[in-house]
Amino acid sequence: MNATVPFQSSERIFVIEPQRGWLDLALGELWRFHDLLWILAKRNIQIRYKQTLLGIGWAVIQPVTSMIIFSVIFGGFAKVPSDGLPYPVFAFAALVPWTYFASTFAAGSTSVSDHGYLITKVYFPRLILPLTPLLSGLLDFLIALCLLAAMMAWYGIVPTPAAAFIPLFVLLLMATSFTVSLWLSAMCAFFRDIKVLVPFLAQLWFFLTPIVYPTSIIPGPWRVFYALNPMTAVVEGFRWSLLGKAAPDGGLILASSALVAGALFFGLIFFRRMERSFVDVV
Amino acid sequence: MESNIAIRIEHLGKRYKIGGGPGFDTLRDAITGGVSRIFRRAPRAKREEFWALKDVTFEVEKGEVVGIIGRNGAGKSTLLKILSRITETTEGRARVRGRVRALLEVGTGFHGELTGRENIYVSGAILGMRKAEIDGKFDKIVDFSGVEKFLDTPVKHYSSGMYVRLGFAVAAHLEPEVLLVDEVLAVGDAEFQKRCLGKMDEVAKGGRTVLFVSHNMGAIRALCRRAVWIDGGTSRRAGEASDVVDSYIKGLTEEQEYEKSKQEQAFFVKKVLLKNSRGEISNKISFREDLEIEVHYIAKNEIRNPRFWLFVIGPHGPLFSANMRLDGFRPHKVQGEGSFSCIFKQVPLLPQLYTIRMGAQYEDGVSTLLEDVNIASFYVNSKMSELGLTGALADVLAARATSIMNDYEWRFPDQEPRAISAKKDIAS
Repeated sequence: MNATVPFQSSERIFVIEPQRGWLDLALGELWRFHDLLWILAKRNIQIRYKQTLLGIGWAVIQPVTSMIIFSVIFGGFAKVPSDGLPYPVFAFAALVPWTYFASTFAAGSTSVSDHGYLITKVYFPRLILPLTPLLSGLLDFLIALCLLAAMMAWYGIVPTPAAAFIPLFVLLLMATSFTVSLWLSAMCAFFRDIKVLVPFLAQLWFFLTPIVYPTSIIPGPWRVFYALNPMTAVVEGFRWSLLGKAAPDGGLILASSALVAGALFFGLIFFRRMERSFVDVV
Repeated sequence: MESNIAIRIEHLGKRYKIGGGPGFDTLRDAITGGVSRIFRRAPRAKREEFWALKDVTFEVEKGEVVGIIGRNGAGKSTLLKILSRITETTEGRARVRGRVRALLEVGTGFHGELTGRENIYVSGAILGMRKAEIDGKFDKIVDFSGVEKFLDTPVKHYSSGMYVRLGFAVAAHLEPEVLLVDEVLAVGDAEFQKRCLGKMDEVAKGGRTVLFVSHNMGAIRALCRRAVWIDGGTSRRAGEASDVVDSYIKGLTEEQEYEKSKQEQAFFVKKVLLKNSRGEISNKISFREDLEIEVHYIAKNEIRNPRFWLFVIGPHGPLFSANMRLDGFRPHKVQGEGSFSCIFKQVPLLPQLYTIRMGAQYEDGVSTLLEDVNIASFYVNSKMSELGLTGALADVLAARATSIMNDYEWRFPDQEPRAISAKKDIAS
């Protein structure tokens, strides 16, 4: 839609014409608006901080409460194995990335339909919308990560040199969250059912990810299917690099990453294709 | 594109599809719709096409302020939305030199929970400013808004006036090469409107290009050198603002002249001619000029002693009338094709757009001969300075002021009396 031709020093000529082609992801345009992404992410955090009584305290309460309940029920009563690690740390190391994933993809999925009032009034790259929760969720994520460090210190767990890989798993976590947000947010603009689907999907996904149980209890043949779930690779990666659990299957991680990369690429194309009609449906 | 052209629009078109398509509201509808098509071989739900814009072509030179006029639904807003890239064009092409910023509402992106300070950043960024740019203009924005005392109060506690002022202050500091403005001036009090118009004037004088959609003909004439009339999705006329406004108003009247459905009635209006005090046919009169309304009618049978009334209606409602129910005058009869006139003497109306409404009763004063119907529109065209109204932007503000103006005089103990009169030699 918008090719820019340099003209003189400061004045460019914007050409507005019907969009053609499928592969124009307009990422340069996205970069021009990176200040907006930053300010919107900050706004999300500010609003949440102001609207709720406990504000940023929720970043601690949510994963910690889950961790305590899981430890009592699954670790205590059900005696679910935890690969030789203390169950609370075992569960919490998975809950840190999971909580980020669940909250970003929930906010990301409805990001387009929730911002109809902006889409109809002003132009900006619509990709900013599903990207924003990705950024604003990082604050809670970092707080939870600090808590995890404190718990590790409490249990005397020292990170191994594998901790150097943690940024890669964070990247995979963010890419997975973004991919799901991309697909769902574009669909949610047209089908309001997605809003109902999201909590249900989050619940299913939670049990299909080894958060309250270790992958070691899964029978061999079934593990192949686990490679289809990138959150398995993320959770396994966190446990391995931070808690020193046995190294995960490198093949699983590569397969998951490739899957996410593919879904992300086609998700971008899908989103760009759909965004032309956002203004007419939101 | 030549360097003096700011906007060049060529054959721009926008098509909407109504019904079917990806417009399903729920997934269930989409699935059942798809399934039933497979089994019943039912044709895809027929999608009606609707061209909101078709073949719009015009150019705007750098530094020009161009008014976009037209009736509701003519496609004016769609045009602004395409130029501001909110929606895509279906065909044709537009080229715009420099940054385009659109002002389609006041307070875009404001969030009630955030303070004025925080909202300046959010709104500024959404409207396309970089953070450093907002930092640099922050103090000016706050000054302009006049809400510095409440800068750290959440905007949900603001009065609507404060909210609008802050929102506009952000928008006013966008400083794009091309500014698109859509009727935002319709909100807010007179003081705010004055600020808005002043800012637009300033933007224009600073050599920037402004595209201004408005129903305020006074503002269009005062601020814009050129205007484009959009009608039925296409550019019907472009040229000197006053010419385009005149033909637009004339067009409004032509459409109102008579309605075909009414032709079966016992009495209907066939044509209406408006004349100025020199007897020339015109939809434009000056302040305090006579206005003659010549009504051409067709009466099926002889109608004795009917009662007619003609109302002049301004933007804020009915103003005055010629009313046989009050004055007691009775025409002897109307029959077949004929005409009559009514002359309003020295019409004391400010430059605004007015409508004339007509109705009639039979002799009995009870039964309706003609339901009240708008029969014509006219425009008053006068410079405010000629009336002794020398306030800043008086020409623009007059379009929103009360319509009737009488002579008056201000008397303050420590000043000379100041008489305001319609005569050109004021305060004499």
